[in-house]
Amino acid sequence: MTVVSKHVRIKGIKDGLVFLLDDKCPFEELLGELRYKLEHSHQNILTGPIMHVDIKLGSRLVTDEEKEAVLEILRGPGNLLIRSIEAQNAPKPVNESSLYVMSGILRSGQVLNHKGDLLFLGDVNPGGTIACTGDVFILGALRGMVFAGVEGNEEAVIAASVMAPTQLRIAEIISRPPDEWETRESSMEFAFLSDGVMKIDKIHNIVKLRRDLNVFKGV
Amino acid sequence: MGEAIVVTSGKGGVGKTTTTANIGTALALQGKKVCLVDTDIGLRNLDVVMGLENRIIYDLVDVAEGRCRLGQALVKDKRFEELYMLPAAQTKDKTSVTPEQVKDIVLELKKEYEYILIDCPAGIEHGFRNAIAGADKAIVVTTPEHAAVRDADRVIGLLEQSEVESPKLVINRIRPGLIKSGDMLDVEDILQVLNIDLIGIVPDDELVIKAANMGEPTVMNPDSGAAIAYRNIARRILGDAVPLMQLDRKPGAFKKLKKFFGIG
Repeated sequence: MTVVSKHVRIKGIKDGLVFLLDDKCPFEELLGELRYKLEHSHQNILTGPIMHVDIKLGSRLVTDEEKEAVLEILRGPGNLLIRSIEAQNAPKPVNESSLYVMSGILRSGQVLNHKGDLLFLGDVNPGGTIACTGDVFILGALRGMVFAGVEGNEEAVIAASVMAPTQLRIAEIISRPPDEWETRESSMEFAFLSDGVMKIDKIHNIVKLRRDLNVFKGV
Repeated sequence: MGEAIVVTSGKGGVGKTTTTANIGTALALQGKKVCLVDTDIGLRNLDVVMGLENRIIYDLVDVAEGRCRLGQALVKDKRFEELYMLPAAQTKDKTSVTPEQVKDIVLELKKEYEYILIDCPAGIEHGFRNAIAGADKAIVVTTPEHAAVRDADRVIGLLEQSEVESPKLVINRIRPGLIKSGDMLDVEDILQVLNIDLIGIVPDDELVIKAANMGEPTVMNPDSGAAIAYRNIARRILGDAVPLMQLDRKPGAFKKLKKFFGIG
């Protein structure tokens, strides 16, 4: 039986094995696949003599517990000697990569600058501005201006419970309703760039744009 | 210790001075000791609306610079024993007093009076900072227009950053007919954007203009819809639970309303 290798790749090098673990997929999925691989394939390698192993986690941000979970699985067969475990790219500072939560009312003349992604709980009034290097999600009414991807990130999106902005900007693109797009009321929407044009869609369609999001498919 | 309330709006011409004069007079009508303070230095109006222009001897700047005692600058109202006004200077500009000086004056007045109403100039610059310096509470006046609501929003933002307690909203010059036909923002629309407590709605009333020109606050005239609205606001400041005025009644409805509340 062959396993379709999605997240775990094993490479042989001169003096051992390198486990290349995907850094995008959910961590649980990764562990599951790793376990499956060790149990169901490569028996010829894994039952052999003692082997040096390097683990590469890519740019995944891992805690010590998560590292330990990976090591635990690899210790299973008994003949693998873990030489190193490393996350290739230095993990980004937490406040930049994780979603930052803020609450309040952004009133006329007020500007909220943020590096990274932002979840804003409250309204953005006409004349108020949010400027963010990443995505902006607003639980409330957006009536003012939001600038996502300030430093040129065209992947950035802007989502709001009530999408009634005076203007939206993503990277270099400036767009204004309602002459450029209409919002359908009463459902949460998000704005994104598609071929350099700003578009609006319902929030659940965000997954078509963002493949890296974890998707809930039911329990 | 009295309570200092600043009346502000950001935008000019929405009725700050009228509101100050009328709420102040309405409080005096309820038997309170009230002092009105005009901080619109260089463009003072409160004295004109109150009909006290010709009684001014000293002003706010004189007090701040120590040319006279505070008591000397206060002008007593011609109608009420316990209603006073501290006029602004007309020949100077806003920068001739500092927020600290105004704060000291207001603090001094709070010892003597139950309510100090501070009339704020339009804008958000030095004059605005003077006006809010000594205030404990704030009333934001707006009219049902986008521009006025936008400026009110800006001012509320600034007030929230200051030491003033969360501001209350007065929506002035409402025209029920226009709201009904959809040509004017209604109260709900405005509250949705501004998100602060409403303390009163005041209908547009020609009698206000007439009264201001005569130097007599409208609130004195019980036939005016605006007068009832201002009296209601004063009662809410005093802590009474007064229901909001019904604006979409036929003419004559105010009479019924008054009868209901036992005023006039």
